[in-house]
Amino acid sequence: MMNILIIARKEIQEGLRNRWVLATTLLLAALALTLTFLGSAPTGNVGASALDVVIVSLSSLTIFLVPLIALLISHDAIVGEMERGTMLLLLSYPIGRWQVIAGKFIGHLAILAFAALLGYGAAAVALAATGAAIGTASWLAFASMILSSVLLGAVFIALGYLISAMAGERGTAGGIAIGVWLVCVLIYDMALLGLLVVDQGQVIGSGVLNALLLANPTDAYRLLNLGSGNAGALSGMGGVAENAALAPGVLVAALLAWVLAPLAAAALIFSRREL
Amino acid sequence: MSETVQVSGVTKSYGKVRAVTDISCVLREGETIALVGHNGAGKTTLIKLMLGLIRPSSGTVRVLGEDPAAGQFEARRRLGYLPENVSFNMALTGRETLAFYARLKRVPVATTGGLLERVGLGAAADRRVGTYSKGMRQRLGLAQALLGRPRVLLLDEPTTGLDPALRRSFYDIVAELRADGATVLLSSHALTELEGKADRVVIVNRGVKIADGTLDELRRIAQLPTRIRITLADATAGQVDEWMARSKGWRRVNVHLLEIDAGPGEKIELLRSAAAPGAPVADLDVTPPTLDELYAHFLSARENAE
Repeated sequence: MMNILIIARKEIQEGLRNRWVLATTLLLAALALTLTFLGSAPTGNVGASALDVVIVSLSSLTIFLVPLIALLISHDAIVGEMERGTMLLLLSYPIGRWQVIAGKFIGHLAILAFAALLGYGAAAVALAATGAAIGTASWLAFASMILSSVLLGAVFIALGYLISAMAGERGTAGGIAIGVWLVCVLIYDMALLGLLVVDQGQVIGSGVLNALLLANPTDAYRLLNLGSGNAGALSGMGGVAENAALAPGVLVAALLAWVLAPLAAAALIFSRREL
Repeated sequence: MSETVQVSGVTKSYGKVRAVTDISCVLREGETIALVGHNGAGKTTLIKLMLGLIRPSSGTVRVLGEDPAAGQFEARRRLGYLPENVSFNMALTGRETLAFYARLKRVPVATTGGLLERVGLGAAADRRVGTYSKGMRQRLGLAQALLGRPRVLLLDEPTTGLDPALRRSFYDIVAELRADGATVLLSSHALTELEGKADRVVIVNRGVKIADGTLDELRRIAQLPTRIRITLADATAGQVDEWMARSKGWRRVNVHLLEIDAGPGEKIELLRSAAAPGAPVADLDVTPPTLDELYAHFLSARENAE
């Protein structure tokens, strides 16, 4: 455990030093604040709480941005250190390879969580400061949005490690990471939509649809944040969510599985890899 | 002296390529060993095997009583390693980097300041590693290898990038470690530099150990001739010709200089004749075979045997 924390601490230290933390936090804060103030203008008085609007726009943003940031931090973690030669020295120390991965994961996740909390939190604080009336339910939904965004980040950090453990070169890892991002964020949903339109409800029942939605972590995240409550009504995802009938607990479990499985696979592949 | 590292019958293949073939050697406490070979001869592979970073295809490696690849870390805490082309994260300072490695080895972080002074990085300790020169990174690498009074030090080409003054202070540190009873393995492709520094030399070529012994032993095995050069005194040409006729084998280098390659058995006889009263000799130089010649001899002996 001690070793894991030592590695995590070093990752955070490096992140602070090479401005990853600063850049990520500023990016998320700037986008969140922009969405909060520009995005709330056209709603007027439709009865939706201002924070609910922010939740919808922020989670749409998160789906694109957080996986990208997570993959950017993580795809280099193993193969990059191997190429630079720092991994060779590190592994000559009394530390297990799985501890290296676990430590890096905690460090990178801490950086991402810090950025999300501060960046998105800034938007909520700014909104409250303008005097908008925000109910408890909205605050809870906002908090769960931040938490699930961090969870989504964790999924893609873990996927990034898996890519990094498998790739032979840094360039390959970068290419695969972009491919994974494209598939998860864009292509999968378009393909799924096309499939549903073509199928017209003939073969794909709600069971298959559920499985297909859980098979993509970004869809699980989308359903979790846009599928229920006021946000569901606003985003138009409520319809899908009702048909899909996936409880938040199932969605969170799916996301957790998406963290643990790639992480375990990355540790396994890394432990067999020769330097 | 107890044995700290035992390598027995180790072969390591990468696919069809054999990096190391059936190597056995033993390193003992308080011994400084030079591991010499061309680039790609298998030196780094051998060191990685001792570190447990790779597993042998066959044979066994034991370091401080443990199998280094088995995932037990007790031995690694008493092991120092300096990789060839050592690199560090550029963003952290020298002090932060060393503190990180000290924590991993459970060495008090407070001791790292003294270590940085010892390798001559005291003034640059709070600068980022990214601003360091190659020599400074090498010294930081040495500092991390010295963390926690290691019993076994594996130094892969440790003096590349060090200027002569640093090289000397590096060998001073190695001498201290040897006096302290540590096993020091130095790999190098320049044997000459290790003259007088290493107790024992292990020569590897294409993954095979071709020689193992002290320098004197290797010299004896190689039977390389010692070169003797004499400077002639101002004597008449007749005197010189007469003397050369009596003691055969001398070659003329120029008017004043003669030389001969003396085998180990005939060296004393030749020296006697050159120093005998009446010999027209003003000065005399004896050059034992250099380490590079010795190294070349073992390499070519191996090639001829194949």
